[in-house]
Amino acid sequence: MIAELGHLLAFLALAAAAGQSVLGLTTGGEAARRLAVAAAMFTALSMLTLIISFVRLDFSVALVVAHSHSQKPLLYRIAGAWGNHEGSMLLWCVIMAGYGAVAALFMRAGKLRDRALGVQGLLTVGSFLYLLFVSSPFTRLIDPPFDGKGLNPLLQDPAVALHPPFLYLGYVGMSFVFSMAAAGLINGNIDREWARRTRPWALGAWSFLTVGIALGAIWAYYELGWGGWWFWDPVENASFMPWLVAAALVHSLIVTEKRGGMASWTVFLAVLAFCLSLLGTFLVRSGVLTSVHAFAVDPARGTILLVGLGIAGGAALALFAWRAPTLKAGPEFDPVSREGALVLNNLFLSVSAALVLVGTVTPMVLQWLGDAQMISPEAASMSIGEPYFQLTLAPMVAFLLLFMPLAQAAPWRKAEVKPLLKWLLPSAIVAIVAALGAMALGGWGVFLGYGVLVGVWAIFGVGQDLLRRTGEGGFKRLLKLPLTVWGMAIAHMGMGLFVIGATVETAARTEQTFPLAPGQSAEMSGWKFEFQGVKIVDGPNYIATRADILATHDGRTELLQPEQRSYPVSEMGTTEVAIRKTLGGDMYVALGDQLRDQQNVWRLRIAHHPLIDWVFGGAGLIALGGFMSLVARLRRRAPIAPEVSPAEATPGTTVPEAGLGASA
Amino acid sequence: MRKRSQRLWFIGAASVLMVGALALGVIGFSGAVAFFQSPSDIAAKGAESFKQNVRIGGLIEVGSQSHGENGKLLTFRITDCKHTVPVVFDGIPPDMVVEGKGVVAEGKFDADGTLVASRVLAKHDENYMPKEAYDSLKRAAASEGTMTCGDGAAT
Repeated sequence: MIAELGHLLAFLALAAAAGQSVLGLTTGGEAARRLAVAAAMFTALSMLTLIISFVRLDFSVALVVAHSHSQKPLLYRIAGAWGNHEGSMLLWCVIMAGYGAVAALFMRAGKLRDRALGVQGLLTVGSFLYLLFVSSPFTRLIDPPFDGKGLNPLLQDPAVALHPPFLYLGYVGMSFVFSMAAAGLINGNIDREWARRTRPWALGAWSFLTVGIALGAIWAYYELGWGGWWFWDPVENASFMPWLVAAALVHSLIVTEKRGGMASWTVFLAVLAFCLSLLGTFLVRSGVLTSVHAFAVDPARGTILLVGLGIAGGAALALFAWRAPTLKAGPEFDPVSREGALVLNNLFLSVSAALVLVGTVTPMVLQWLGDAQMISPEAASMSIGEPYFQLTLAPMVAFLLLFMPLAQAAPWRKAEVKPLLKWLLPSAIVAIVAALGAMALGGWGVFLGYGVLVGVWAIFGVGQDLLRRTGEGGFKRLLKLPLTVWGMAIAHMGMGLFVIGATVETAARTEQTFPLAPGQSAEMSGWKFEFQGVKIVDGPNYIATRADILATHDGRTELLQPEQRSYPVSEMGTTEVAIRKTLGGDMYVALGDQLRDQQNVWRLRIAHHPLIDWVFGGAGLIALGGFMSLVARLRRRAPIAPEVSPAEATPGTTVPEAGLGASA
Repeated sequence: MRKRSQRLWFIGAASVLMVGALALGVIGFSGAVAFFQSPSDIAAKGAESFKQNVRIGGLIEVGSQSHGENGKLLTFRITDCKHTVPVVFDGIPPDMVVEGKGVVAEGKFDADGTLVASRVLAKHDENYMPKEAYDSLKRAAASEGTMTCGDGAAT
């Protein structure tokens, strides 16, 4: 019964969303608002019925049979509801309608809200049509089996149970940014007020996306057992491209909000970010990729998603082409100014996104051309690996970070480089010393040196900027700085930490394989690992082969227990690594395979991942900074204030901050 | 600064960046691209004619996995049921690398014609095999009419 109830609720939500879109785009007002809230409630209840079906192990529901099992722990029964294609599309609908409801409840009444709700309603309707008619999670089985097939064991992990919700909060969050852009275009009014009201949505979606991507990376690091956290897999790139464009967007929105400039570019980015989110969904869901994410290998679904992407993107771009000529250009500015720096930021970020896009879709396009027999099969099947992405993106990130402290300190309209550079000299010296130090320790790798250089430069430069903003008050005033400033500083420092961590980890990670019989030991990086043998341990729905390893370092000994788990239901295995955290990085021990001819000899893979926590911590700080900026913006409800506070005055420049061109 | 020169400056910066990025992309492409080959392709052209990275798909030949003399390396042969390619991999393979099942290995050939794999990929769950492994078998089968060997059925 409950599955039918869920199905019915989904149809009710579809009807409410349809009403929301019609009313939102025409008369607007209270009715559209109520329908948006109703759509979200129906969708959430529908999701709830699916979760109940999963928790109660209702094996008359096809989806439960395919993705659950009676032996599965409760957490993964719940997560199983979205750990599959159909369920995750329902989650997508929940979040999409949810964003509409949040807007309906909290946005100021007016044409902008009504139109945005209308467009959001259209997107919600599209998502529901796809859900209900192509991938319904509520399909029943006439002849229910005794037990289910189980969830892919790789996905039975807390980080990856939370990964899809956060990723979708990011992806789908872009849908409301898109709706705001479309609403602004329909109203013919992309101004500072529009930017001010759009920015929180962009910040929220981008921060959630950051968390979602980071959770995926953490999971890959400890669950796949290879020690890598980013593989430039097309599925990872699919989430990285909207992230890059959204990062550009949250910066260009600043220019539009504070100065009224870059309006059409900002709108374009808002449309692009959502289109790339849809493209990402298409790549993951269509079956063009074979990966752990590709639950549903179904070309028909892929085609429909592609058509949806075409309609949403095409309509938005047509709207954009129609309205763009009416958008006012912002006030003039010097290339050397904060505007100029933010333009550079946008150039680097969007070119990076383009490079990732080229590297990701080229093999797919060639494949498609080959399948259509337009090129020879030899040329059609290829892959593009890590070196391409490292070589092309590393310089982009380096420029991005080199300009970051300058951008933070530069005043609007016109700045002078020389005094800025002079003022930032201490950071430059610290960065050069740190880079030389890291190179001396790490064997003079250029990649390593320059990663540390730009990272340290960014962190100290941002720190200097914070101190400058305290003015005469010194350290005491540091805590009184506005939340927006702190948000920016923390996100930017997180970026620096991330780059240092990523380059050091990539350049200086060491790993070795040791075949060991019980009693034998291996030594690496100042650690001694004594293998004591393996034993068989029963888990709730798996059988584990667990190794006992005594790890000794600096005279202290502790027990590490990496495992290999085998899941009888799905006939699959997973590797559970043992990780010993230290200040400088992780010792990472994975239990490998048994030697063929010697039954009691096991192969251990031991790796040292220096500064790995800086990678994840840096990403966490980026998200935290984004959320802080968001909260700061929500607290400040007053209409636009003149934006130049005394703390913004810049060292060494005398350009007066008068006459804000667009503030009228 | 005038509107027009502002725009010119912007377009100039953008084009310099795009050209630079494109140049990097071209350099990056040539070093990072790996073309897919089946074991039969390798047998037809000879391993020595492949200087760049290649990806080879197929099944792991039953009975071919071993750990070499000192147990540090994993060696196995990839087969498309007609020809085989020897592979050596320094590391612990993913969990689903099992004899008789589909696999994709990426790397370069050494002088002996053994593929020194930098990456070994297997399917991620029990339902399907990597596309490239399947393609290899399909191509080989087109001339032979069968798609199974060992206990690995290519379905």
